[in-house]
Amino acid sequence: MIRLTAITRTFHMGDQAVYALNNINLQITSGEYVSIMGPSGSGKSTLLNILGLLDKPDSGRYELDEKLVTDLSETEQAQIRRERIGFVFQSFHLVPRLTAAENIELPLTLSGVPSEQRQVRVDQALQAFELKERAQHRPAELSGGQRQRVAIARATIMQPSVILADEPTGNLDHQIGAEVMTLLEDLHHRGTTLIVVTHDRELGARAHRQIGMRDGEILTDQANETD
Amino acid sequence: MKLIDTVQTSFKAVLSYRIRSLLIILAMALGVAAVVVLTALGDGARNYVINQFSSIGTNLLVVLPGRAETSGAFLGAVLGQTPRDLTLKDAQLIGRLPQVRRYAPLNVGEAELSAANRLRAVTVLGSNAHLIPIRHMVLAQGSFLAHGTENNAQIVLGAKIANEFFPRVQAIGQRVRLGDSRFLVSGVLMSQGETMGYNTDEIVIIPIGYAQAMFNTTSLFRILIEAKSHSEIEPAKQAILATVKQNHDGEEDITVITQDAILSTFDRILQALTLAVAGIAAISLIVAGILVMNVMLVAVSQRTAEIGLLKAIGASSADIRRLFFAEAVLLSLAGAILGFLLGQFGSFILRLTFPQLPAWPPAWASMAGITVALITGILASMLPASKAAKLDAVNALGKK
Repeated sequence: MIRLTAITRTFHMGDQAVYALNNINLQITSGEYVSIMGPSGSGKSTLLNILGLLDKPDSGRYELDEKLVTDLSETEQAQIRRERIGFVFQSFHLVPRLTAAENIELPLTLSGVPSEQRQVRVDQALQAFELKERAQHRPAELSGGQRQRVAIARATIMQPSVILADEPTGNLDHQIGAEVMTLLEDLHHRGTTLIVVTHDRELGARAHRQIGMRDGEILTDQANETD
Repeated sequence: MKLIDTVQTSFKAVLSYRIRSLLIILAMALGVAAVVVLTALGDGARNYVINQFSSIGTNLLVVLPGRAETSGAFLGAVLGQTPRDLTLKDAQLIGRLPQVRRYAPLNVGEAELSAANRLRAVTVLGSNAHLIPIRHMVLAQGSFLAHGTENNAQIVLGAKIANEFFPRVQAIGQRVRLGDSRFLVSGVLMSQGETMGYNTDEIVIIPIGYAQAMFNTTSLFRILIEAKSHSEIEPAKQAILATVKQNHDGEEDITVITQDAILSTFDRILQALTLAVAGIAAISLIVAGILVMNVMLVAVSQRTAEIGLLKAIGASSADIRRLFFAEAVLLSLAGAILGFLLGQFGSFILRLTFPQLPAWPPAWASMAGITVALITGILASMLPASKAAKLDAVNALGKK
């Protein structure tokens, strides 16, 4: 359950204040599949960063699972990112010097999960995302689709309640992109809240609820009748 | 994040950037090695000098004529007197002092030694039987002025001289001519090599009376005294000064040097030298520390995207700081250990090359070298680590 109340985020360009987010009110129930669409500079990425606790709003309230998170300390926010939120990025953001398995293991390591348990969970994830043979390969030796699968495996290894995907297919060709979307949608079917930021209309239309943004404001918010 | 995982993760990073890590470790290692080798050198020199000094005797005092200090008007000069010479009587009086174990009067001169159709000039020491034990010389064969033969014309030959004159026959019992007198060879010194600049292998020793007659003098060059114990050295010095003063009509006209005083002076000087050299070497450690800081700062900017990602997947600022901190500490530690080994190896080579120099690195220097390396490494990593921790996650992720 996500509830944003009067969220505002401004950036300063010289002496001019630019509203990246202007008084956003938004409620997303657990298990929803939401797409956020809009042109560049519409504030959709800023919104995603605030939802993911990477960015702080200048004003407003953000409640995640009935808990006010805007006032939490940096360390507590890091803990929420670790345990409740999974990020999937357009450019994958894998650590180049670590193998696929080590990349997937990172969030577990950060959470202090004991080594033996980490191995078991990483093995399961590798199996689930069909990356078993690629486990010891570094990102440079992987295809785009494989890299994004590693990134998704990493985002879900902590079994977060929310997956935030920022243009997850932006660097992939159409077919691979569709496969990656299917993976993400599978997660949604298993009860995870899925929020996808994209400027691809076709991709956005797959979501059950579509939010349109422009100039830091929510323009449209409509639900799909299908599915 | 658990400590063990932090260390492991940092260790992986150290291994991943191999050349970079190797260069930092090398810089640190050279600094530590410099401290270890240079202190080994300094301490080796100190021990060398001290050994040399110790080898000339134990609890040794040396009396020489004349004063080495300036004092008030010299009454004797007004009366037309010169400072009195040291005499055998002085030596005998000193020998009776309770703090003195034994004494050896000493005269030194040059004379021609001839025997078995050979001839050469030698340094002649005139003394009594105590000279040999007081000066830590050892007789390889025979004796010198043994009990009952105190007045005999005996001579002890240095090892090299004995070998030169009597290469095939037993030297003891041979008759030799020194100057105009004839002597019976009673002993041969063991070869000892050079100590304190003169070679005991090329001297001869004769009784003091014969030496004074030969050099036509009644005065002594030195009196060597061995105190009964280490704690008796200072009382002995005072007693000697008082005794000789009394015998010299109240004139304090001798100088007493204690081996101890010379030793501690040299010890202090060379210790200071070692410390100075260690300090200079430590500067290279500071330079290495700055290098660590530089390289870690570069690492932070190179890995900006990685830091952003770590934050996105839930690393706190403290986690990031610890990761970079651990990396720098690992690098410094590896450098320090490698440097210590390099230093030990260098000192070993030094000892092989100069066997007479006991170039053992002192433990304090190794400890200090390693500690300074670690402290500089830790200090140098603080700025980069906190810079990494402060990175803004959104901006960091945006960089590629």
